[in-house]
Amino acid sequence: MLPITTKKYAGVPMITLKLNGQDHSLDVTEDMPLLWAIRDVAGCGMGLCGACTIHIDGLPARSCITPIGSVIGQNVTTIDNLHADPVGKVVQQAWLDSAVAQCGYCQGGQIMSATALLKTNPNPSDEQIEEAMVGNICRCGTYNRIKTAIRQASTHLKEVKA
Amino acid sequence: MSRVPNDFALSNLSRRGFLKGVGATSALVLAASWGWQDALADDTAKKFGADGMPNGWIDDPKVYVSIAADGSVTVVCNRSEMGQGVRTSLSMVVADELEADWAQVKVQQAPGDEVRFGNQDTDGSRSMRHWYEPMRRCGAAARTMLEQAAAAQWKVPVGECHAQLHKVIHKPSGRELGYGELAAAASALAVPARDSLRLKQPAEFRYIGKEGTKAIDGADIVNGRAVYGADVHFDGMLYATIARPAVYGGKVKSLDDSAALKVPGVLKVMQIEGRPLPSEFQPLGGVAVVASNTWAAIKGREALKIEWDDGPNASYDSIAYRKELEAASLKAGKVVRNTGDIDKALSGAASTLEASYYLPHLAQAPMEPMVAIARYKDGVCEAWAPSQAPQVTRERIAERLGVPFEKVTFNVTLLGGGFGRKSKPDFVVEAAILAKEFPGKAVRVQWTREDDIHNSYFHTVSAEYLKAGIDKNGLPSGWLHRTVAPSITALFAPDMNHEAAFELGMGFTNMAYAIPNVRLENPEAKVHTRVGWYRSVSNIPHGFAIQSFVDELAHKAGEDPLKYQIKLLGPDRQIDPRTLSEEWNYGESPERYPIDTGRMRTVLETAAKAAGWGRKLPKGRGLGLAVHYSFVTYVAAVIEVEVKDDGSLIVHKADIAVDCGPQINPERIRSQFEGACVMGLGNAVLGEISFKDGKVQQDNFHMYEVARMSLAPKEVAVHLVTPPGDVPLGGVGEPGVPPIAPALCNAIFAATGKRIRNLPVRYQLQGWQKAQA
Repeated sequence: MLPITTKKYAGVPMITLKLNGQDHSLDVTEDMPLLWAIRDVAGCGMGLCGACTIHIDGLPARSCITPIGSVIGQNVTTIDNLHADPVGKVVQQAWLDSAVAQCGYCQGGQIMSATALLKTNPNPSDEQIEEAMVGNICRCGTYNRIKTAIRQASTHLKEVKA
Repeated sequence: MSRVPNDFALSNLSRRGFLKGVGATSALVLAASWGWQDALADDTAKKFGADGMPNGWIDDPKVYVSIAADGSVTVVCNRSEMGQGVRTSLSMVVADELEADWAQVKVQQAPGDEVRFGNQDTDGSRSMRHWYEPMRRCGAAARTMLEQAAAAQWKVPVGECHAQLHKVIHKPSGRELGYGELAAAASALAVPARDSLRLKQPAEFRYIGKEGTKAIDGADIVNGRAVYGADVHFDGMLYATIARPAVYGGKVKSLDDSAALKVPGVLKVMQIEGRPLPSEFQPLGGVAVVASNTWAAIKGREALKIEWDDGPNASYDSIAYRKELEAASLKAGKVVRNTGDIDKALSGAASTLEASYYLPHLAQAPMEPMVAIARYKDGVCEAWAPSQAPQVTRERIAERLGVPFEKVTFNVTLLGGGFGRKSKPDFVVEAAILAKEFPGKAVRVQWTREDDIHNSYFHTVSAEYLKAGIDKNGLPSGWLHRTVAPSITALFAPDMNHEAAFELGMGFTNMAYAIPNVRLENPEAKVHTRVGWYRSVSNIPHGFAIQSFVDELAHKAGEDPLKYQIKLLGPDRQIDPRTLSEEWNYGESPERYPIDTGRMRTVLETAAKAAGWGRKLPKGRGLGLAVHYSFVTYVAAVIEVEVKDDGSLIVHKADIAVDCGPQINPERIRSQFEGACVMGLGNAVLGEISFKDGKVQQDNFHMYEVARMSLAPKEVAVHLVTPPGDVPLGGVGEPGVPPIAPALCNAIFAATGKRIRNLPVRYQLQGWQKAQA
C-alpha cells in the first residue's frame, strides 16, 4: 500500500519525552504543544474538541494545549499504547463491540476520555458520562454508541472485580 | 418539456470536474469553454446511475480482487472511507458473491485512477447505489474462475464444482481445494462473460443484508493505527501552514516576512497565487510558511506582516445579505415548476397562509482539518491526502504543476470526516505547489481549525418563502414556494445567480404532495464566498421550509400533523419526476426511480408508531414530525423534545424510519442515520457561519458550535423499513439530515407554541413561557 510510516516523534535530541514507556529525545522548543510531537491528530488546537486527548500520569489532558516543556519527567500515554492498560483494553473492546466508530478520527480521544472516567468512576451515571465526555466532539455523531460502549465497559469492569 | 439550458448542463454533471482542463485559466476563458452545447448534445443518449458518472463503472475482477497463496483475499476499494463504512460494505458484497470467509478478507485503497477503477467521486450518497452491482459481478466472476480452475485440475465438468466458504468442493468425489491453492491457476483464466455469471439468490447471501460483519478498519481505529492524512510521514519531511486571504478573492498587497524567517525552524516563506474568481477547486492563494515542524510553521505564520487587498467581496455582510435574500423571496423569480393556476388558487382560496424561513451558512468542519502531503521531482508528483475526489485531485495537481496527468500519483488515506468539504482538492494542490519548490522533499500542508472554518466551501445560505391557498377542508389548493440561495455553480463560472437543477432537485422541484396548483420560483442570489456541498446540500433549506410549513398548515387546519401529512400525500402512487418538471432525479432513471408516495407514507407511519405519536406529554415537552425524500431514499423522523424553563433543549428521543431500498450493511445504515440525526440537531440548534466585512466571524468550535453529547438524543432508534417489492438501492450517507431540523422545530412548537422559522434555534426560546402566557 502506501509507502508510509506512522509518525511517532519528530526531530533530534534536546527535550526528553517519556512517551508510552519509552524515552524520546526531541529538538523542539518547550512551548511547542505536545500534539505536534506525538501524532499530529489535530482537531482544534484550543482544547475545544478533545480529539488529541492523552493521559499524563494517568490523567486526561488535551495535547494541543499542553506545552511539551510541562510534561518532562511525566508518563505520557497515547491511544497507541492504551491496550497495555487493563481498563483501556476493556474500553477498546467495548468500542468494537458497539461498533462506535464511523470515521474514527476523534475516537482515540473519546476512548482516552472514557478510560480516564472509568478509572476514577467505574460506575458512572448517564449524567456523569455526559459530563466527562461533553468536551469530546464527534462530528459523525456517534454519541449514543459512545454512551452504550461506556456502559458496557463499566458493566464488564464490575464483573471482573466481583 | 421546457428546460433552461444552463440548469440542464449542470444537472448532468457530477460534483467534480465538470470544467475539465480549465482549472488554471482565467474566468473569461472559463466562461467561453463552459461547453453547454456538449452537455446538451448528450441529451439523446442520457445515461443514468453509474453509467452517467464520469468514467462510469468497472466490474473486472482482475482489477478489484486478488487472492494470495495463503488464501487471503484482497478487495480494492475505489471509494473513499469517511465513516460511512464503504470499505467494509463494498468488501462484503465482493466477499459474499465470492463465497469468501470474511476473516480472510482485506481491503486495499485504490489510488486516484478512474480509467482503471471507474468513477471514484465519493459523494451524492451513491457508493453502494452505483457499485453494488459491479462489485457483485466482480465477486461472482472470481468465484466462477476458482470453480473453473478446480474443474480443470480435477478434470471434471465445472458444473460439478461448487465454491463454498473459501473452498471449491467436488461433491461426487468429496475432493476440496482451498482458494489459496487455486489462486494462481484461477488468475490465469479469462474473466467469464458478464451475462454468463450466476449471481446469488438473496436467500444464499452470507453477508449482504446481514448483521454482524465487523468493520474492516475497526480495530485499527481503536488502537490508533488507522492512517489518516496527518499520519503520512516521511523522514526529512517539511511542514507548511498558509496565511490565506480572509475575504474571498483577496490578494496580498504587501508582505514583510522578516520576523517569520527568524522563527526557529522556519525555512522559507513564499507566496501562492490564487486563481481569478471564481476560484473553482483551486487554492485561494496567500503566503506559505515552510518549516521543519508544524509548530514552527504556525509560529512563523503568526509573525508574518501582510497587508491584503480584500477585493470585490470585502463588503459581504450576513445581516445585510439576509435582507437581500428575504426581499428577493417576496418577488417573482425564475419559474421552475408551474402546474395549474396559482394566482387563481390563491385569490380564490377560503384562506391563505404564508411564512418565511431563513437558514444560514454552515461549515462542514470535519474533525480532521485539511491536510495534504506531496513530493515532487523531475516532473513527477506523488501526493497523499484524505480526499473524496481522487481523480479530480490528480487532474488539478497536473494542471497546476504543468505536468502530464500520468506523471501524478494520488493516494487516498482514511478521511477524518468529509461531509462534502473533502470533495474539493484546494488543499492538496497547495501541497503540490510547495513540493515543487523543494524537489525530492515531502511537504505537508497542515490546516488549523481556524483555517478550516474560515476557508470552508460553505453550505449555502437561504431564504425560503411559502404561501398556500387553503380550501374549505383545510388543505392547500395552491402552493407557492420561492427559494433564494447562492449556488454552488458560482464556483465555476461568473454570473451563476440561480440554483442549478441539481440544487433545485433536492426537495424543491420534486415536492410530491397532491396539490392541484403549484408554482415554484427561484429568484436570483449573487454569491460572495465559496459555496460548496455540505452533507445533504440543498435538501437542508428546502426540507426545513416545506416540512415546517406543512406543520403550520396542519395546525391552522386544526388537524393532527400526521393525519394531515397523509392526506396531503394523497393516494399511494408512483410519480414520474419529469411530470414535476424534475429532470435531474439524483442522476437516476425516472422509470427506475419514480417518487413513491406510498413509501413516503410508510416511513411516516413507522416513525410515528415507534414514537407513540399522539400520546400525552408533560408540559414543556412535544413531539414533532417530518418526512423528506432525498438521494432516492425515504426518511421520516419523530423527535421528542423538552424545552426547559431557561429555553434550553433536551432531545429525549429520535425515531427515524428509513426506506433506502435493499439494505446491504444494515448495521452501518443505522449508524449513518444515528449520526445524521446528531448532525441535523447541530445544524438546527447551533450551526451558523456569518460574515462581516467579507470575513467569517467564527474561528473555532467555541464560536462555530457543533453538536456535543449533551445535544444528542437521549435515545435514538433507526427503523429500517422493508422496501415494497423489487426496488433499487437508495442513498444512505446524506438523506438522514434533512428531516431532523423540521422535526425538532415542529416538536418545539408542540411543546411551547413558539414557531422557529429562522435557524439556528440557539437562544430563541429564552422567555418562551412569558411569550406563551
